[in-house]
Amino acid sequence: MKRHEGLDKLIGRTLYIDDLPLAGCLWGATVRSPAPRGRIRDVRIPDHLDRPGLIRVDHRDVPGPNVVSLIEEDWPILAADGVRHRHESVMLVAAESRDAARRAAAEIEVVIDLEPAVLDFRREPTAEQIQHGEDNVLKQLKIERGEVDEALAAAPIVVEGEYETGAQEHVYLETQGMAAWLDGEVVVVCGSMQCPYYVEKALTQALALPPSRVRVIQAATGGGFGGKEDFPSILAIHTALLALKAQRPVKLIYDRGEDMAATTKRHPSWVRHRTGLDEKGKLLVQDIEVLFDGGAYVTLSPVVLSRGMIHAAGPYACDHVRIRGRVMLTNSVPFGAFRGFGAPQTLFAIERHMDVIAQRIGIDPVELRRRNLITDGQPTATGQVINDGTDRQKVLRRALDLSRFEYKRGQHAAFNRDHDHLRRGIGLACFFHGAGFTGSGERTMKSLLHVAGLPDGRVEVLSASTEIGQGTITIFTQLVADRLRLAPEQILIAQPDTSRVPDNGPTVASRTTMVVGRLIERACDNLREKVGLAAGASGSELHEAILTWHREHPGEQLIGKARYQQPPGIEWDDKTYRGDAYGAYGWATYVAEVEIDLRTYTARVIDFVAVQEIGKVLNETLARGQIQGGVVQAIGWALLEECDWSEGGMANHQLTNYIIPTSDDVPSIRVAFLENPYPYGGQGAKGIGELPMDGPAPAIFNAVAAATGTDPRVVPLVPERLMELIES
Amino acid sequence: MIEVTFTLNASAVTVEIPPTERLLDTLRYRLSLTGTKEGCGEGECGACTVYLDGLPVNSCLLPTYQVRGRRVETVESLDPARLAPLHESGATQCGACTPGVAMTALWILDHRHLLRTHSLRELMAGNLCRCTGYNGIIEGIRQALYEQPGPPTDPGQS
Repeated sequence: MKRHEGLDKLIGRTLYIDDLPLAGCLWGATVRSPAPRGRIRDVRIPDHLDRPGLIRVDHRDVPGPNVVSLIEEDWPILAADGVRHRHESVMLVAAESRDAARRAAAEIEVVIDLEPAVLDFRREPTAEQIQHGEDNVLKQLKIERGEVDEALAAAPIVVEGEYETGAQEHVYLETQGMAAWLDGEVVVVCGSMQCPYYVEKALTQALALPPSRVRVIQAATGGGFGGKEDFPSILAIHTALLALKAQRPVKLIYDRGEDMAATTKRHPSWVRHRTGLDEKGKLLVQDIEVLFDGGAYVTLSPVVLSRGMIHAAGPYACDHVRIRGRVMLTNSVPFGAFRGFGAPQTLFAIERHMDVIAQRIGIDPVELRRRNLITDGQPTATGQVINDGTDRQKVLRRALDLSRFEYKRGQHAAFNRDHDHLRRGIGLACFFHGAGFTGSGERTMKSLLHVAGLPDGRVEVLSASTEIGQGTITIFTQLVADRLRLAPEQILIAQPDTSRVPDNGPTVASRTTMVVGRLIERACDNLREKVGLAAGASGSELHEAILTWHREHPGEQLIGKARYQQPPGIEWDDKTYRGDAYGAYGWATYVAEVEIDLRTYTARVIDFVAVQEIGKVLNETLARGQIQGGVVQAIGWALLEECDWSEGGMANHQLTNYIIPTSDDVPSIRVAFLENPYPYGGQGAKGIGELPMDGPAPAIFNAVAAATGTDPRVVPLVPERLMELIES
Repeated sequence: MIEVTFTLNASAVTVEIPPTERLLDTLRYRLSLTGTKEGCGEGECGACTVYLDGLPVNSCLLPTYQVRGRRVETVESLDPARLAPLHESGATQCGACTPGVAMTALWILDHRHLLRTHSLRELMAGNLCRCTGYNGIIEGIRQALYEQPGPPTDPGQS
């Protein structure tokens, strides 16, 4: 099936929040902190702005507690006494035009008495820098299996390595934006978001209103990548506060510069491996330390850390594993959800480390992985026994075949000998990505989904899952069409609107097709049962049965329901961090071929092969698009995208000097799928959205190492960094 | 305020605007043609691509007064049938870059002689996309080049 809303998007007919007409609306803008940390001494409003025509909102206008409800209640809606990062929101204004609002915000001056800021998450904070608990540690976790210290002492070979990655900006092409208006007693918020019920929860708390007086609607959303998981909650509150104060509709739309400066990003990381092996390269023990930069507030950092740590040991079997992790407060913008959610950072470390090990002990990096890849019946770091029937060796083999890995290595040796300023290399990464929430998350979420039979005989999916570009609408239509044997024209997918759709969880964690997709199938079955039909019923029989039902139940609603049921055999202990961390894993091997120009020190990916086992592929074009888009976003992270920090703020907060890949910077991404249907996913699917973010960086770094004989350890490998490596 | 008259999607329009207003804002907020998107506001991303006298330009960098007496075409003027191959190939995901991509893609179809000296990836490099990884876009244009004949007065033929 082609993308449901594809043609509308191609001819610009899809209406995003900035496109929606909103009669009589004011425009909002945000006054922000100029400093990374300090007490607010004054907010100076020029006389000509101190007039009724300019709506102003500060922390005193928040009816409820002045915090955004996420994991912990520490992120202020508007800074009250002090600020903890540059570009933190201090005051909101609204005026008759967008320009007037932005000019006013720029003219209002926040005066800060500076306090000592933490600008490096790797350094122990001094006493004056402590702002959270006793040590600025936002969260600390440990995963341990076996006897790590003893095994390390006994291991014939121990290889150590440290690896770092920088922040990454999402650069969804549509910036953050929200509109709010009052509908009688109800505050309505509509905008660009991944998770309408997260926004609802944050609004009800901040506005001190019951859910019945808050309505959240998702507008067409131009990309998310995690960046519209956490941030829309604060933006929605800001917009609603302005609308309440003005008693008029308000739009608050960020421009690119503000969006890049003020919104969350990928957590910077530092990871240290100490790995014990035998002479044949068998992993005996892994001791891993993970450190993430959490930024100024907790936001989602604890769960990002947890996912990062669970993936830190890689897709390998090892008897003794210890992973210790901490996420630290710093005085920069809060780091938040970003495709992969901690796993790209730790998988970069382990997969680069595997090549470092191979080099150190003189073994082929492919062979090292082949010997250690986990097989069915073996446990992961958390003690989860993998038993999914996936042939992980076959995934690896297919990637080697498609990329002609061995042949290329030979060819590169000759190329590099003959060429005076170009060097080529090839590298790989083997990895995995757990789909759905970590641990007991899905069970706690208790997702509920409705499929309605409408009076005209059509069927409508009522779900809070959002279309953010990944294809939710198309996949849901497809799932219903197949399950109920209906034509796609007979199926509607409701716009996510908390006044209409039940809460089936956020659109995150690669969970929509796998977890919510399965709910759709079960709700379809329930609908069919309610009209008295058996599983084999045809679409026309169902259509007739729905019409008949409505004739017999005038004015009533016909709704098939499904609530999440945990697949059997899943055990997880949140206290000890042991057990089945994820219901299913995608497995992958990626191969990158790079060319380095020794005159410009630029590394360019010239071929890329992505092979993965992701359960059943439901829509080849959409699935391939997810992989290719994720790979290119990860190529950007690996080679181009560097957040340039200045006093805790992003200095290059514009697309002129924060460089993301163009079509001419990347090759065609070659994608292959192996299918091993997952019995508890929608039509056998496993999650794929985040997987492609994990593998490219280490594969590219391994290729650069092969091409140049250097040992790159820090993401991104921008030309300056590559020059230092080659010159030294 | 100044008065500016120009041709927009084959009709004459007159707008009264502040002298510094961007064409992008005139189109979106004055004339309600919201198909043209703002991605970066500084000419990097191409989401705001329109044709000015037949050439693709970034409407976020263009003051509206400069289009006085000239011909502007927006994504709303495109023939949807010509975009079918891009729909088929997965050229759009979130859709925010897509109108700009569609404008440049169809312009390439009408100026295919450029492919003798430039690669398709080079010609598309002015349109940033964060979702597709560009494969779906490039394949869609290739398919369209194959399916749709070039214009009769292709300057590349002379």
